[in-house]
Amino acid sequence: MKKKLIKYPIILIFLIIFVVFYKSLKDTNIYTPETKINYDIPIFSADLLLLNENLTSTEIFELDKFYLLNIWASWCVPCRDEHSILMTLSKNNKLNIIGMNYKDNKKNAKSFLDELGNPYQKIIVDKNGTNSIEWGAYGVPETFIIYNNKILKKYIGPLNQELFAEIQKIIK
Amino acid sequence: MKIFKKFIIIILLLTFNNLYANENSERNEITKNLRCLICQGQSVYDSDSDFANSMKILVDKKLEEGLTEKEIYNYFKKKYGDWILYDPGLNKNTYLLWLLPILIFLFGGAIIFKSFILKK
Repeated sequence: MKKKLIKYPIILIFLIIFVVFYKSLKDTNIYTPETKINYDIPIFSADLLLLNENLTSTEIFELDKFYLLNIWASWCVPCRDEHSILMTLSKNNKLNIIGMNYKDNKKNAKSFLDELGNPYQKIIVDKNGTNSIEWGAYGVPETFIIYNNKILKKYIGPLNQELFAEIQKIIK
Repeated sequence: MKIFKKFIIIILLLTFNNLYANENSERNEITKNLRCLICQGQSVYDSDSDFANSMKILVDKKLEEGLTEKEIYNYFKKKYGDWILYDPGLNKNTYLLWLLPILIFLFGGAIIFKSFILKK
């Protein structure tokens, strides 16, 4: 009688352990950040890349307009892949594309734009990477969709055709 | 006299080193408690990645602005979530983590109480 009573908890424990390990077997051990959205954009001031000006965030982001903030760098390879999508998006009048040049050299950034075209209305410079951390970014490339000073969407990594369609849908 | 001079030089060299010992101590303490999100298993303090280096600069900036250690943790928590802290606070996602050891302790205590003290 006693032996039978011990048997069941042992089976149960093994079952629980099996389920836990089996489940975590499929989990990736690379942390994919949760895309927290609908929070206010940070307040900052930054220099512009092409013009000799210093702008604050309220001067860049006006109310009642859609903005796309794209963090990029000339040394970033995936940024080259998504550039054609940004160029097509820049033809849409409803969307204002703002660039953030991340830890880059001014000369290289300019030749990158000369080579592939400039989809950005304004480009702010993030020399030491602190501004992108204020935005809650991880690296390059990263894209934010902003409306009324709120972040609607955040895409980590390069844009693709699927995301392009999604962005078109949002700004409609 | 010569030995005395050498002795003084050695003493001076040893004491001057102490001047540099506590440099950035507050910043280091804070960055040791922040996880480098793009590296695996490293704190911001340990890492030399672009992300970690920017974080270090930002922590310095926030300290200069007069924020306390706790305010800086809250600031990063708001941007990146609980995962960035090595010591997560008690909330609805982490209550099991905090309460389970206490529950197990109480459960074990109850077993001991039942089988040893009540049986007597």
